[in-house]
Amino acid sequence: MRARPSHFSGDSEDVVLDVRGIVKRFPGVCALDAVDFELRRGEVHALVGENGAGKSTLIHILGGVYRPDSGSILLEGKEVCFSGVVDAVHHGLGVVFQELSLVGGLSVAENVFANRQPVKFGDMIDRRRLYEETSRILGLFELSIDPSRQVRYLSADERQVVEILKAISHEPKVLIFDEPTSSLAASHVKRLFNIIRKLKAQGCSVIYISHHLREVFGLADRVTVLRDGRHVETCAVSEVSEDELVRKMVGREVVDMYGGRTASVGQECFRVEGVSRKRQVKDVSFSVGCGEIVGIAGLSGAGRTSLGRGIFGADPFDEGEMFLNGRQVRIGNCRQAIENRIGYLTEDRNEQGLFGWMTIRENCVAPSLGCFVKRFGLMDEQAITDFAEVNRFKLNIVAPSVHRRVEKLSGGNQQKVLLSMWMGIKPQLLIVDEPTRGVDVGAKSEIYHLLRGLAGQGVGIIMISSDLLEILGLSDRVLVMRGGRIVGEFGRDEATEENVIACASDVLLRQDVELK
Amino acid sequence: MILYIIVLGVVAMSYAVPQFMSRQNISAILLSMSDQSIIAIGMTILLISGGFDLSVGSTVGLSGAVTAIWLTSGMPVAAAIMMGLAVGALIGLVNGLLIAEVGINPFVTTLGMMILVRGMHMVVTSGQNISGLTKSFTALGQSSVMGIQYPIIISLILVFAGDFALRRSRFFRQNYYIGGNEKAAILSGINVKRLKIFNYMLTGFLAALAGIIITARLGSASTTAGKGLELRVISAVIIGGASLRGGVGTVAGAFLGASLMSIIISSINLLGIDIYWIDFAIGAALLVAVIIDTISKKGNELR
Repeated sequence: MRARPSHFSGDSEDVVLDVRGIVKRFPGVCALDAVDFELRRGEVHALVGENGAGKSTLIHILGGVYRPDSGSILLEGKEVCFSGVVDAVHHGLGVVFQELSLVGGLSVAENVFANRQPVKFGDMIDRRRLYEETSRILGLFELSIDPSRQVRYLSADERQVVEILKAISHEPKVLIFDEPTSSLAASHVKRLFNIIRKLKAQGCSVIYISHHLREVFGLADRVTVLRDGRHVETCAVSEVSEDELVRKMVGREVVDMYGGRTASVGQECFRVEGVSRKRQVKDVSFSVGCGEIVGIAGLSGAGRTSLGRGIFGADPFDEGEMFLNGRQVRIGNCRQAIENRIGYLTEDRNEQGLFGWMTIRENCVAPSLGCFVKRFGLMDEQAITDFAEVNRFKLNIVAPSVHRRVEKLSGGNQQKVLLSMWMGIKPQLLIVDEPTRGVDVGAKSEIYHLLRGLAGQGVGIIMISSDLLEILGLSDRVLVMRGGRIVGEFGRDEATEENVIACASDVLLRQDVELK
Repeated sequence: MILYIIVLGVVAMSYAVPQFMSRQNISAILLSMSDQSIIAIGMTILLISGGFDLSVGSTVGLSGAVTAIWLTSGMPVAAAIMMGLAVGALIGLVNGLLIAEVGINPFVTTLGMMILVRGMHMVVTSGQNISGLTKSFTALGQSSVMGIQYPIIISLILVFAGDFALRRSRFFRQNYYIGGNEKAAILSGINVKRLKIFNYMLTGFLAALAGIIITARLGSASTTAGKGLELRVISAVIIGGASLRGGVGTVAGAFLGASLMSIIISSINLLGIDIYWIDFAIGAALLVAVIIDTISKKGNELR
């Protein structure tokens, strides 16, 4: 172990990873244009930028997935060139990817030690040591998961934690987190931050990628901003404000993130009375006015998504009544909801929302195929193309044409396509579940303006979100769910971060306070 | 792509063996593939919607046999045909219910049905071929209009209709959405379960139609009718561009796939090559088609 350098001698800071002039071109686009990046020992270095800024490309290069066209990577002063992911791991670079890479049918321990299980008698897996080792690492995380439990029985939160453990178990010098909190509950985020701080204390360097600037400011020592494949700036987080950072990421001033409020809420658009579903939703009643955006906050598992899916008929309620424009409606499946012009923007656009291999134009008419029929049940192809073109323009979907496959679009543009799908049914009520998950700042603001615009036309909007800032920024009224019930309601002026968090978590989670 | 291969093959063959382009030979090729093309319509729709059916070969056998049995017992031709078709649709209904409602994997369900239906075929026929069918029935498979046999006409009409419907009609287009992302299709308000059940019934119905036509053409219901046909049909559909992952494929492609396989068989016969090479060539054609498709997709992803 070498001596820790003094914090005061800026020049002799111990640089673990030095990336110089990395260029990576893909056909038609220069993803990284001579990017420099420097990581010191034991620091948490945040990497921020809009989708398409080149963050993913950079970490794919560091993780050995891509090879750079030019430029060099120096690891502890020695130039390295990774032949692949395994080689990068051997050099001490671990990446926790967004996509999960776990095997559902194997135990937690065997996933954590995938392909490196301790063995005895030649090639027999030493289960006792395997479980002990795993328990030790789980202990670091203050987790009480049984190491012998099969991964498929774990919750999404727990799975992501196992994914992180898998990377940590290689004892890397540099650990890269790519949007690690996008599927974690608040309590797990806290644990994750604790483990990152522990890793840091042990001298491990961390590259942390996140859209949540709050996390960047709470966790990171320094931050590097990328924009359009170029390095914009690296600075200590203490020297920069949130607004400045956003401006650097977007490259322009984001003046009005959320758009104006609806002047006055119209008559009642939609109301539920005493709806319940199994243990997920319990006796919920509330109403939405025409042109009103009602935000639904709560922790993951509070029943927010179940409520949205229940209204939409995807997982129908067992009891309770629903009224649309004062008239009672029965919704037992999604078709009936769509017939009543209720739309539901799913929280998981890749798994449940979009048809990835299909084109923009095919996607945006999926829920409204019936509106594009000529005679004899034949499709009116021209009308579909026109509709898609109008949406591409209105929603500012950046794509060369509406014949582009949706899987090739960036997250923000995919989310806009998802939103455009519901324009075709001319919704009276639109339920949006995590409308800006994995979407960059610029596109976020556009989506907020679109939702506000819809509300302006008299559409009632129910917005389910884990992003407290958007709940507070966009909602006309905030409902808080906990344990399947609505436990709080706040008007536009009463809703504050403290109120909503306290209400959502019952116990005062001081997470956000601690972060600062 | 596959069209080029076929054109190339046909041109090469017509130089190598002049009688390849003769009316008789073309007729023979089309006749030999008529049953496959008819079933391939249903199979294409199934593959597009993320489904799969191994039981079609057995359905061909059973429906041909029961139609023949009812004919020999004196039932009117039209009624016997209707009953045969109903048997096929019923097998499809069972497949569809097990897959869509119970939620069993299509491979396992139709594998079970393939064996079960083949067994029923043996039970109802006691393992005997059934011949001595009435002329008015066998005419369906043996007569011709302007020198074109009925099976060819029926298969071509169905292929055209199927291709058109799958390209243009709202009802059939929903299948691409189901195969593209089933969960998203449900949330888009598409009645996924009903459509799946319909697809299996349609495929069973078309398999029964093929079985009846084969019986009429041969003048008897053979105990081996339709054996191995399911794999040839699936091969044709995949050569024609469909994928087991769902979401892609066309009936025209499947028809071309079936054509390619029949042309290969005909070429091997005409060139006097040992017929034992037929399976080898068809297997190779399937693999080459899939390899080209996979590599070209990888090329696309880099872009």
